[in-house]
Amino acid sequence: MITLQWLYVLTGAMFAAFAVLSARDRGNRKRFGNAIFWALVATSFWFGDVLGDLGNGILVLAIVAVAGAHLLGRGETLSTSIEQRVELARRLGSKLFLPALIIPVTAFFGTLLFNYTPLKETGLIDPRATTLVLLGIGVLIALAVCYAWLRPPVLAPVDEGRRLMDSIGWAGILPQMLAALGAVFAAAGVGDIIGGIAGEVIPSGSVFLAVVVYAVGMALFTIIMGNAFAAFPVMVAAIGVPILVRGAGADPAVIGAVGMLSGFCGTLLTPMAANFNIVPAALLELKDQYGVIRMQVATAIPLFICNVLILYFAGYAWAR
Amino acid sequence: MTYLPLLGIALVVLGFALRFNPLLVVAVAAVATGLLAGVPFVKVLATLGKAFNDNRYVSIIWIVLPVIGVLERYGLQQQARTLIGRMRGATTGRILLAYLGFRQIFAALGLTSVAGHAQTVRPLVAPMAEAAAEKEHGDLDEDTREKVKALSAATDNVGLFFGEDIFIAIGSILLIQGAMGGFGIELTPLHLSLWAIPTAICAFLIHGTRLLLFDRALAAPRRRPGPSPCQMNGAVAPPGSRPSPGNNP
Repeated sequence: MITLQWLYVLTGAMFAAFAVLSARDRGNRKRFGNAIFWALVATSFWFGDVLGDLGNGILVLAIVAVAGAHLLGRGETLSTSIEQRVELARRLGSKLFLPALIIPVTAFFGTLLFNYTPLKETGLIDPRATTLVLLGIGVLIALAVCYAWLRPPVLAPVDEGRRLMDSIGWAGILPQMLAALGAVFAAAGVGDIIGGIAGEVIPSGSVFLAVVVYAVGMALFTIIMGNAFAAFPVMVAAIGVPILVRGAGADPAVIGAVGMLSGFCGTLLTPMAANFNIVPAALLELKDQYGVIRMQVATAIPLFICNVLILYFAGYAWAR
Repeated sequence: MTYLPLLGIALVVLGFALRFNPLLVVAVAAVATGLLAGVPFVKVLATLGKAFNDNRYVSIIWIVLPVIGVLERYGLQQQARTLIGRMRGATTGRILLAYLGFRQIFAALGLTSVAGHAQTVRPLVAPMAEAAAEKEHGDLDEDTREKVKALSAATDNVGLFFGEDIFIAIGSILLIQGAMGGFGIELTPLHLSLWAIPTAICAFLIHGTRLLLFDRALAAPRRRPGPSPCQMNGAVAPPGSRPSPGNNP
């Protein structure tokens, strides 16, 4: 059965190749910093399961140390110039989109094919990781097509991948780190403390104000934690169930679904949701690392107000 | 109950605000929070390490970079621009509006990883949105270019967040069901996903309106003659060709 483990081996191999090419890259003054950083990431992907929890913790500290000491630079890739690219694009035309589309198309039809045919019973792919595995397969097919059609130098895909990865830098690991921070917050009881505070500030008697505190709490806690999943159980236990569902008789489906979506409005506003807000700023080479968040404010706030109204009217006022 | 562990949150906010390296901020905050809650250092480190290892799948997405990189080498972004240049009536707002719709529908079908910042926004959507802005309004100043790119990424996020909850087997729906189930309240995933639809429609209307208004804002202060042909392709440095100061604040 193809599991996530296979993908970890593949991803680890890619980061190991980035490390080797970084070490050989004389155009980068900080080349050994890059090499060590990507080698540590490769180690995590390859050996994470045999290092033990404490070993992984030390690995995390090492990764953080390299990034925190500003040892990462930007590599030099012998890529094509802009003029060459314009010329190549003119010659190759829109067929260039096809390899890029192989990845989503494989993931899309592959997932459908796998989930709605007897293929699922064969146990070929771990059902918990179907789309990610198919994404990986799509990448391999696309790479094979690129080699056969464009005939790039053998190392070109790795080197071009490294060019992009270097432009993202440490931000590429930030989402994973923040997920780990969430686990430590949970172990330290941060969620219970915030839920307790939220439960205390509820004004008695007004269902509308209770809805507002529930939604605001969900969004604020999401902004702090970086994802709504951590906020949801806390706010449901503090306000959603005791005050809204049990106390006021609100519809639990609305309280649950729209409560979560109120949290998602918070996700649009926080640098803690690094993979959605910080990584794309790096990937698109924005000068302002909070540029994506700034663009989302004017959608998040009106949408949050809509959520509060849906919670109150559909969940309570019209539901009874 | 002690409020001491909340200092960890304050550290995160302070660290981000002062623009220290975020990896460093997160690690320091994690250790401080654990210690303030009375968890021994070694146990904190083990918790951090275990969670980091369990969440490796978050970073798998980078395996698309070699494909995107090699296609960029052969002119993928330039071709995306050319294609938009030929289309009549393709504006930044309309392109992003179409992408918003696609992203929401695909996410609602459970296909969240078929698109994304690495897979679609950087190689296709952002260059197309930029090219459309150039076609309509001539060469863009740095500030406008940043806004177009940031809006492309924002559109991907809005489409994903407010589409995925309509799919019945997504993690957040299962979490809602589980959390409510813990209080003896039984809900079906279908019932929950139905209640994600009103917000999804609001998201499309609100963000879609902003996208179309963005076209107007682009046009308003700068009515200049159309771009010369060389501006269409050559004058635009693709991402990757200039240093990115954003990485080391």
